Amino acid sequence: MIAGLDGDAAAHKALLAKLSGHLRGYFKRHLARINRDPVEAEDLVQEVLIAVHAHRRTYDRSQLFTPWMYAIARYKFLDYLRRTKELRKDVPMEEAEEIIARDDHAAVESTIDLEKLMAGISPKARQAIRCMKLDGMSVAETAARCGMSESSVKVSVHRGLKALALLIGKESRP
Amino acid sequence: MKTDRLIEMLSTNLEPVERGQIGKVFAWALVAGGVAAFCVMLASVGLRADIGAHLGFLAIKLLFVLSLVGAGAAFLFRSIHPGQGAQKPFALVFVPFLAVGAAAAVVALLPGRSAPWGVLTFGTHWATCLYCIPLFAVIPFAALIWALRNGAPTNLARTGAIAGLVAGALGAAAYAFHCPDDSLPFVAVWYGASIALCAFIGAVLGPRLLRW
Repeated sequence: MIAGLDGDAAAHKALLAKLSGHLRGYFKRHLARINRDPVEAEDLVQEVLIAVHAHRRTYDRSQLFTPWMYAIARYKFLDYLRRTKELRKDVPMEEAEEIIARDDHAAVESTIDLEKLMAGISPKARQAIRCMKLDGMSVAETAARCGMSESSVKVSVHRGLKALALLIGKESRP
Repeated sequence: MKTDRLIEMLSTNLEPVERGQIGKVFAWALVAGGVAAFCVMLASVGLRADIGAHLGFLAIKLLFVLSLVGAGAAFLFRSIHPGQGAQKPFALVFVPFLAVGAAAAVVALLPGRSAPWGVLTFGTHWATCLYCIPLFAVIPFAALIWALRNGAPTNLARTGAIAGLVAGALGAAAYAFHCPDDSLPFVAVWYGASIALCAFIGAVLGPRLLRW
């Protein structure tokens, strides 16, 4: 985690990959316990990964990592349950859905549609995220491409990711 | 979207994170909010005309409200870091209320009091106190909410309430420089009530403003 905070992308990636496994198990277990479909877990996993990334500056290096991580996962889980409560009550589970839900593939793919979400954030942030996060351009290249200063590219990417996280929340609302 | 792709996306061009940055932002918001409340007080009701003669009581009022600011800020600072228990600072917030309440009861009910307890409690300007403090608290509250949104509070109603309380206490600190009523029962009841009102508003607004 600390290497990731200092800008080590490989360490950050390894951390997120490892976390995704733990989170998937955690959410599946808890969703099953309250009789909810475990496929929902993947949406939650991705939501928490984005939250961990976007809020990584709230991690205090002198403290333990697990309580921090757990507090975020728990917050997102409660938030998710709150906003999907009404939705799930009204929609009966159909047989066809059951079959798709049991597909192994569903374990690593969420219902979140990135392209659709990207349409919902400001054009500036969208362009910055597309260049830096999807096409892998450097800050300087992105700045040149978008006609922004380097610091405003960084701010746009950061705000854009937070906006995306909030949009995911709205998407799964009734 | 595939989770692997998301992880790939989040780790591409990773930016290093500056240490202690959200703490600095929070401290700035606290100071800026306090200064703003003081300026609003100067611009609206102004300093108490005979303030020089009543510095002692001003100090007592400030002791009360600034201890609230201190305890509340300690709670808020912990609450922007997920996973840090904040039970102790939360409980500490009630200590100044209890202390001032107990002192007020002693002053109001002891036989040697300077005036009837009703006069001591209502003073002359209780209504001004009740609307000025929440009014002065508006800018500090906005500043604190902005700073808290930088963090990741997980108990939104409680965090909102304490943000309201700290903002109310900053508003009360500003109002103390104008307040012409020098009695402990007055401070306990009216300062306490206005700050509690701010905390209540904060608790209601918290879940909406702080969600992430």
